[in-house]
Amino acid sequence: MPSLSSDDVTRVARLARLGLSEAEAERALTDLSAILTLVDAMAGVETSGVEPLSNPLDATQVLRPDEVTEVDARTTLMANAPAQADGLFLVPRVVE
Amino acid sequence: MQYEAVIGLEVHVQLATASKIFSGAATTFGAEPNRQASAIDLGLPGVLPVPNQAAFEMAVKFGLAIGAEIGRHSAFDRKNYFYPDLPKGYQISQFDHPIVKQGQVTLVLESGEEKCIRVTRAHLEEDAGKSIHDAYAGMTGVDLNRAGTALLEIVSEPDLRSAKEAVAYLKIIHSIIRYLGISDGNMAEGSMRCDCNVSIRPAGSETLGTRTEIKNVNSFRFVERAINSEIARQIEVIEDGGRVIQETRLYDPDRDETRSMRSKEEANDYRYFPDPDLLPVELDDAFIEACRATLPELPNARKVRYVAEYGITEYDASVLVADRDIADYFEAVANHSGQGKLAANWVMGNVLSELNQTDGSIADFPVQPADLTALIGRITDQTLNSKTAKTVFEGLMQREGSVDAIIAARGLVQVTDQGAIEALVDSVLAQNPEQVANYRAAPEEKRGKMLGFFVGQTMKASQGKANPQQVNAVLLAKLQSED
Repeated sequence: MPSLSSDDVTRVARLARLGLSEAEAERALTDLSAILTLVDAMAGVETSGVEPLSNPLDATQVLRPDEVTEVDARTTLMANAPAQADGLFLVPRVVE
Repeated sequence: MQYEAVIGLEVHVQLATASKIFSGAATTFGAEPNRQASAIDLGLPGVLPVPNQAAFEMAVKFGLAIGAEIGRHSAFDRKNYFYPDLPKGYQISQFDHPIVKQGQVTLVLESGEEKCIRVTRAHLEEDAGKSIHDAYAGMTGVDLNRAGTALLEIVSEPDLRSAKEAVAYLKIIHSIIRYLGISDGNMAEGSMRCDCNVSIRPAGSETLGTRTEIKNVNSFRFVERAINSEIARQIEVIEDGGRVIQETRLYDPDRDETRSMRSKEEANDYRYFPDPDLLPVELDDAFIEACRATLPELPNARKVRYVAEYGITEYDASVLVADRDIADYFEAVANHSGQGKLAANWVMGNVLSELNQTDGSIADFPVQPADLTALIGRITDQTLNSKTAKTVFEGLMQREGSVDAIIAARGLVQVTDQGAIEALVDSVLAQNPEQVANYRAAPEEKRGKMLGFFVGQTMKASQGKANPQQVNAVLLAKLQSED
């Protein structure tokens, strides 16, 4: 059983900006531990000499020419923004 | 105790692509907020990024310019963190497989000594948007025009040992990207930004101290000041018996100090993983060789050529080649006048100092290569001496007309008529009988200095127009003949 503590869960939740209740955090601890057990089992597979797979498709990336193809769609794209002013999205203040 | 600083730089360069790295949105500077932010840049659901080929070409050119191995197989990863100007919640970057592997650049220090700085890697990534913090009560404004702009992040090894070296390195990088035309390198507009990793250790020690990172320094001058103030701060911490904490800091130019950015601390776990939206990028020889074929003559090669072709010093050559436009200017003057050294002296002593004072660009400079060539022509044909040539240069700066027009209008033709110079010298000697007597009474070794007085008086009497070599010769002859 991989050792995952409730502190780990709190930390990961904070990194993911998830506000978990105590009960939810406890359930997450059980679920995550189970997932890690599965990952641990896979760690037993012999993989030396196997190139890490970054994508399951047997293909390489197509590049596009450097051309401006998008038109200004600010009004549409900002239609859902809960707050805006002077063409800017407004979000709760972020202090540096 | 003597301390040594260990510095490495991470330089972010905005690539001069017309469209963004993963979308077809425009990258024009100064557009109205959010008019250049597309659905892809905003990270709306269901969109797919498609990489821009020009960004790869530019990155490869940079790699070739610093003699680096090109990552023929490169891949994109997600760097995860939360911030409002990063709409997807992650930045697409390259972690394990960067496009440019280790290379190096050579600095010429002020002492003339050369120093090699290793570049660890350079990778492609997308820029974030901009946050505006102080304009709205209780709110932060977000402009995502910059989100998705192609960046090349250039990471150096910790090979730099002083703030001055760091600035010299940054200037070389700036020079290379400008020569390659892959970025305008405009630091004021944020096209080139710099994070400085700084630590200190007792001089002579081989182990590295704990480093701090100063984020987003945006001018050459601030890089030097930020590093120096951070070095001083770390020395003080250690001398007071404390320990330097690894952290991110911001430089405040008004107070000339760095301060801790505590908000970033817990975000330092970026949880990189391969971006499933993007396949690995494979570049073949044809692609790389096509990039190589477009490389211009780079600053280092130009420097070597200038020393050989124009007989100027290596340091002078390194100053002249730093900016491609300045180098082209110098070369035009040197070639048309046939006077490499004079051209170098005028460009460095007059053109560059005027440009630095006014912060102007060489394209709008009042004295163009043809003017400076004409001016040098009038020096070599002895119409002008160094003093009157400066006056003509001032006239050119004021846009008073051509070189010959200014010479005529200001009456600056050099006096080379032997009789006229003898007459000037005679009157100066007659007006200063006491100095003449002193000179003749003085021992030989003291006379050299005393002669300067008579030269100065004669030049003054000629309003600066007499040929100084002739004045010297006539004075010597007349002062000695009547010993």
